[in-house]
Amino acid sequence: MPSKKRALVFGAGALASALTLAACSGGAVKSDDGAAGGEGGNVTLNLATVNNGQMKDMEQLKGEYEKANPGVTVNFQVMEEADLRAAVTADVASKAGQYDIVTIGAYETPQWGANGWLVDLTEPLASDSNYDVEDILEPVRAAISNDGKQYAVPFYGESSILMYNKEMLDKAGVTLSENPTWQEVADAAKKLKKGNTAGICMRGKPGWGDLFAPLTTVVQTFGGNWYDADWNATVDSPEWKQAVTFYKTMLDESGEADPVSYSFNECLTALKEGQAAMWADASVAASLLEADDSPVKGKMGYAHMPVDKTQESGWLWSWNLAVPATTKNQEQAVDFVKWATSKDYIKLVGEQIGWSNVPPGSRNSTYEIPEYKEAAAAYAPITLDVMNSVNPEQPGVNPQPWVGIQYVSIPEFQDVGNQCAQLIADYIANRTSVDDALGKCQDLAAAAGEAQK
Amino acid sequence: MSVTEVDTVKAETATEPRRVNTSELRAARGLAAPAIILLILLTQIPFLVTIVVSTINYNLLRPNDRGFTGFDNYVSALTSGDLWPSIVATVSITAASVVLSVVFGMIFALLLDRAFPGRAVARTLMITPFLVMPAAAALIWKYSMFDTNIGILNWVSRSLGLPVVSWGTNHPLATVIIVLTWQFTPFMMLILLAGLQGQDKGVLEAAQVDGAGTWRTFTWITLPHMRMYVEIGVLLGSVIIIQVFDPIAILTKGTGGTKTLAYLLYERAFIGLDIGQAAAYGVVTVVLTLIVATVALRTLFKVFMAGGSR
Repeated sequence: MPSKKRALVFGAGALASALTLAACSGGAVKSDDGAAGGEGGNVTLNLATVNNGQMKDMEQLKGEYEKANPGVTVNFQVMEEADLRAAVTADVASKAGQYDIVTIGAYETPQWGANGWLVDLTEPLASDSNYDVEDILEPVRAAISNDGKQYAVPFYGESSILMYNKEMLDKAGVTLSENPTWQEVADAAKKLKKGNTAGICMRGKPGWGDLFAPLTTVVQTFGGNWYDADWNATVDSPEWKQAVTFYKTMLDESGEADPVSYSFNECLTALKEGQAAMWADASVAASLLEADDSPVKGKMGYAHMPVDKTQESGWLWSWNLAVPATTKNQEQAVDFVKWATSKDYIKLVGEQIGWSNVPPGSRNSTYEIPEYKEAAAAYAPITLDVMNSVNPEQPGVNPQPWVGIQYVSIPEFQDVGNQCAQLIADYIANRTSVDDALGKCQDLAAAAGEAQK
Repeated sequence: MSVTEVDTVKAETATEPRRVNTSELRAARGLAAPAIILLILLTQIPFLVTIVVSTINYNLLRPNDRGFTGFDNYVSALTSGDLWPSIVATVSITAASVVLSVVFGMIFALLLDRAFPGRAVARTLMITPFLVMPAAAALIWKYSMFDTNIGILNWVSRSLGLPVVSWGTNHPLATVIIVLTWQFTPFMMLILLAGLQGQDKGVLEAAQVDGAGTWRTFTWITLPHMRMYVEIGVLLGSVIIIQVFDPIAILTKGTGGTKTLAYLLYERAFIGLDIGQAAAYGVVTVVLTLIVATVALRTLFKVFMAGGSR
C-alpha cells in the first residue's frame, strides 16, 4: 500500500509540474507574438565574416545596435578567409539564402554585383545624408562598384607600403626616401643582409592572395600585366620575365631563407623578432608592428611601395559588407550594414575598444579624428596618402579592361593565380626555369582570357 | 584418385524453407532497414549525383553559362596533365610514410616491449602524436620545427655550425613525409606492440636455450610471427594516409610534387569553383582507387584468411 501511495503522489507531482511548464511556455510564446505584432517582427540577421581583429570588434559591439533596434538580433559566423570565401560563394551562387549579410573582398564584389547576386546599395546610401557616402575613399569605392552601381560598403581598406626597421638601417648606413624604387630597395636589402638576418622579407607562399598580391604589383610597376586591353594574356612578355627574375634574385640575395613557406604572418613574426630589416606588404601590418606588445614598436619607418616605371605601386584591398539578393530581411540588413560602416560606428570603436583598433582605410573622416591621428601617428598619414593616390582603373603602364590592382576581376583568376603561383614557387625553389613557369602560366591565363572576349 | 564419401556433400540451405520464421525475418529486415536506407542516402545517391554533375558545365561563378557538355569535363581532367603527377605524389607520399612509420613503429614497439620503470608513462607519451589533430600537428611542425628563424631543427643545425635548411622551399616532399611519419609511427607501434605481446614466451625461451642470439631470434622467430601485424598495419595505414590533406594544405600548398589526389580535388572544387570539372576528377579518382584497391586488397586480405596461401 505505501508504495502505491508514493507512486500516486509522484504521478500527481509530475503532472502538476508538467502543466506549470506548459503554462509558462505558452505565456512566453504569447508575449513573443505580441512584440512581433507591435514592431514589425523579430528578425535574426545572419552575418558571415572573416576572423580579423576588426570584425571581432564588430561582434563585440553588436549589442549597441541590438539595443537601439529592439527585435533585431545579429548572429555572427566568423570563419577563416579561405573557409569564408568557399562557404559564402557556394551559398550565394546556389541561392541558398543562408546569410543576410556577407563579408566579401574587393575581388568578388564587382563580379557578384554583375551576376545580380547582391542588393544594389547605391540608392539607400546616397539618399541618407547622415551616412555621407562621398566620405568613403574614392579608389575603394571605384574598386567595389560595377557600371556605376555600388554593391557593397567597405568595412576597412588597405594598401601596401614598405616598412623598415630604422635601427637596422642606421647601423648599416642605409637611407631610404619616401618614394623608393625597387632597385634602391634591392640594393639596400643586399647591404642589410647579415648571416641569418634577411635584408627584406617578401611573400613566396603559393596562392593568388599570398605570393601574387605583392608580385602582381611588382609586375605592374615593371610595365607588365596579366592581360592587355582586349583580354589577350601577356604573361610571356619580357616585362613579366624581368619582374619575376628581379623578385627571385632579390629573395635569393637578401630575402628570408625559406621563401615558399612565407606569407603575411611569417614575415610579421620575422620583422617583430628582428630577423628581417624591411618588408613590403599590407598597410594594416603597420598597426600590428606598432601595437603595444610589439618589440619593434616605435622603431619602424614607413615609405610608399617601391616603384619602377609607375608613380605608385601600392595595391588596394577592402573587406566589404554586402547584402545577398536572396535575403528575406533586406530592409534590416541594409540598415545594419549602414550602421557598421557609419562615422558613428568608427567613433564607437575608438571610445569602447581603443583608437588604434579603429577600422582604417574606409572613410576620409576617420583620419581627421584627433584621437585616431594621435594613436596612429606613425602610419595613418602614409596609409591615407597611398590609398588616395593609387589608381585601380589603371595601376600599370598600359590600360587594362578590369578595375582592380593586385588581382584580375574575373571568376577564373583565383584558379589561374593559384596555379601560376605554384609554378613561380617552383621557380623560386629552383625546380624549374622562369621561361618554363611563365610559359605554362601564359597558357592558363590565355584560356581564362578567351572566356572574356 | 577416386572420389571418397567425404568429398560429396549435398548442397542444402542451412534452415529448411518451411521452418524459417517469416515474421522474425521481417522484423530483422525492418531493424536493418534504417541503416541501409541511410547508407544509400549518404553514399550512393551523392555518387550518382556526382556522375550527373560531371557531365554538365557548372562553374559556380558563371551562373548564366550552364548546360550539358557530355564528356568535356573528363577530357579536360585527363588532358590537363595534372592527374599523373598527382598520382605519383599520392603513391610516393603514402608509400614512404607507411614504410618509415612501420620501421620506426617496430623499433619503438621492441623497446616498449621490455619491462622498465615508467613504461606506462613512456607508452602514453609515444602515442600522443597520433592523438593530435592533423591540422594542429602540421601547424606545430611548420612553426616550431621547420621554420628557419624559430624552428627547433634549424636551431640545432645552427648550433652545430651547419647551414640552415629551407624545408618548405627546397624539400617539400620530405617535409610532408616527415610530418606524416611522426603522426603514424605511434599507430604502427600500437599494432606491432600488440603482436609482440602476443608472442609465445616459451618459443623465445626455447630459442635462447638452443643458443640463438638476439639478432637470430628476431629475424627467424619474431619477424615471421609479426608478418601478419605488419600487413594489417600497412593496409590500415595506406587507407588513412592516401587521403591525407592537412599537412599539404598547411606546409607546401601542393608545390614540389606534393599535390596529392585529395589536394588536387580540393583545388578544383574550392579554388577553381568549377563543380562539373571537380566532379569529373572525383569520378576518375574513384575509378583509379577501385582498380588499386581491388588488386591491393586481394593480395593483402589474405591476412584475414585463416591459413591462406602463407
